[in-house]
Amino acid sequence: MNRLTRAFETMASQGRKGLVGYLTAGDPNMAESERRMRDALDSGVDILEIGVPFSDPTADGPVIQAAALRALNMGATLSKTLDLIARLRQDCAQPIVLFGYANPFFRYGYDALARDAAQAGADGLLIVDIPFEERGEIAAALTKRNLANIPLVAPTSAPERVATILETASGFVYAITVKGVTGRRDDSLPDQAEQIRAIRACSALPVAAGFGIGQGTQAAQAAQTADAVVVGSALIEAAQAGRLADKVRELRTALDSLSSRRT
Amino acid sequence: MKTHPDSHGHFGPYGGRYAAETLMPALLELDQAWRSAMADPAFTAAFHEQLRQYVGRPSPLYRAQRLTERAGGAAIYLKREDLNHTGAHKINNTVGQALLAQRMGKKRLMAETGAGQHGVATATAAAWLGMQCQVFMGETDMARQAPNVRRMELLGARVVPVRSGTRTLKDAMSEALRAWVACVDDTFYVIGSVAGPHPYPVMVRDFQRVIGDETRRQILEQTQRLPDAVVACVGGGSNAAGIFYAFLDDADVRLVGVEAAGLGEETGRHSASIRRGRPGILHGSKSYVLQDEHGQILNAHSISAGLDYPGVGPEHAAWADAGRVEYVSVTDAEALAAFHELTRLEGIVPALESAHAVAEAVRRAGTLDRDGIVVVNLSGRGDKDMETVTGTATT
Repeated sequence: MNRLTRAFETMASQGRKGLVGYLTAGDPNMAESERRMRDALDSGVDILEIGVPFSDPTADGPVIQAAALRALNMGATLSKTLDLIARLRQDCAQPIVLFGYANPFFRYGYDALARDAAQAGADGLLIVDIPFEERGEIAAALTKRNLANIPLVAPTSAPERVATILETASGFVYAITVKGVTGRRDDSLPDQAEQIRAIRACSALPVAAGFGIGQGTQAAQAAQTADAVVVGSALIEAAQAGRLADKVRELRTALDSLSSRRT
Repeated sequence: MKTHPDSHGHFGPYGGRYAAETLMPALLELDQAWRSAMADPAFTAAFHEQLRQYVGRPSPLYRAQRLTERAGGAAIYLKREDLNHTGAHKINNTVGQALLAQRMGKKRLMAETGAGQHGVATATAAAWLGMQCQVFMGETDMARQAPNVRRMELLGARVVPVRSGTRTLKDAMSEALRAWVACVDDTFYVIGSVAGPHPYPVMVRDFQRVIGDETRRQILEQTQRLPDAVVACVGGGSNAAGIFYAFLDDADVRLVGVEAAGLGEETGRHSASIRRGRPGILHGSKSYVLQDEHGQILNAHSISAGLDYPGVGPEHAAWADAGRVEYVSVTDAEALAAFHELTRLEGIVPALESAHAVAEAVRRAGTLDRDGIVVVNLSGRGDKDMETVTGTATT
């Protein structure tokens, strides 16, 4: 069984909400980025989402844009990101997913990518700018290597479209909470109960809510309907300030208080 | 060989819709609205009426006598898109897209711009139809095309400076896509080239094909024959697609796209995406892209802001692979020389973008007999380039 499926089943059986932590590979350099990722996993991140830096990240806000730029300036590449995963996999049991944009994956070759990512110990792939209409080729490559083809569902996706997207999806569903780019917001999140209902109506896959979640209160709010929350920009900012573990623990505490209240 | 994309906008292996999921419903809605509009005789009639009344079409096809003599070969004809309202071909497309936005009930337009010509044309269409307008422009381009920034602001548009990357067209388009995600419900994104996710490449080509349709008719009227070659500059490729489209089935007409060689293709500081790029995915479609071996997009360079872009429209990629269009390149220096030559010989100041096509047209005309005909798409006028040209002249 895929590590992702197992992780979500375990969390469900324990009544816990999942914390998906995003960090950009190679930010600020490969060695420090590996330390940060281990730190995040040790402090309570359930699933590690590793961003593959891209020169033109059109779905990302300023924090992740800057992280990608720092990484690229220090020579980060997709190959080095896969090497990083292999090193983490030697002693980390948590699921690891790659998050990125189409062109570095396309350039690498979808079959080669799926082969090497599986070999490195990755569990799935999230691609921001390949909607399901264009997914056929890469989805086939992922399936062959038992990697999850993780779909993104947006607040603008109508229920019929959600159903179509989820037909070929695996791993979990990434529900984008806000109309906008990544990055934390200070205001409260829009109500996503309806969006998550539409997802649950047509799929048994677990749902992770992401974009705009940076504080414990926001994480707890999103986790009321979702199975997990994704936090990215806030982790990068915390890591830059040397407070990554504290930030992860803050989010963990918020999610755990919610879980224990509900059980 | 007319090219038609499949229902998802694929020209063979190119094109498609590589967009964030948040934008997909808007792109599908746009595709439907565009197809319904183009099938509605009332819409196409209104579009062509406005091209006449508001844009000032048809633009002349002018025989450039002194330029022809200088080239010493085939007759050179200029398709005078520089005489359109706002001074470039860009207005054809923005009038079309703004009318479509109005039909869809959208109240706000947004656009990216490089040279500022598309930004000015979008701001103009917004003022004309009483819509709000926001234009994303790289800071570098705002400096080198300052007159166009002032024009956009006079027209009531808000010009948003883009400070990421090289602060040029690529970054402006990335930022526009980011901004569109946040306002996709009420805002129509007016893309200025035959690039971006489907349906933009085919929609923009359809709004620009009037250039080639007129040219083909005009050259037959004036010379009773088709030209030997049609030459146009290619950044994203909208003026070239617009003039080439009418001639695709005329096998004897050579179609020549001119990319910006910048400081020279061998220096790596150029914008020759087709000649030097590889297939890749950028800004919503698959096409030739300037990129490194790891799939990171490279910075383009050209003296002309409108050609300074590391990608190209997917239909051009398909034409290049099929060998129907020949893609050549012209350096900054050659374009500047052509800029001065056309200005002095004909009293026509071309945009630096169009000067690339002029340089190639003169070169090519010189290799042809005197009874030959070369048509060049003079896609815009050069008022906006005064600072660049005089700045370069003094260094």
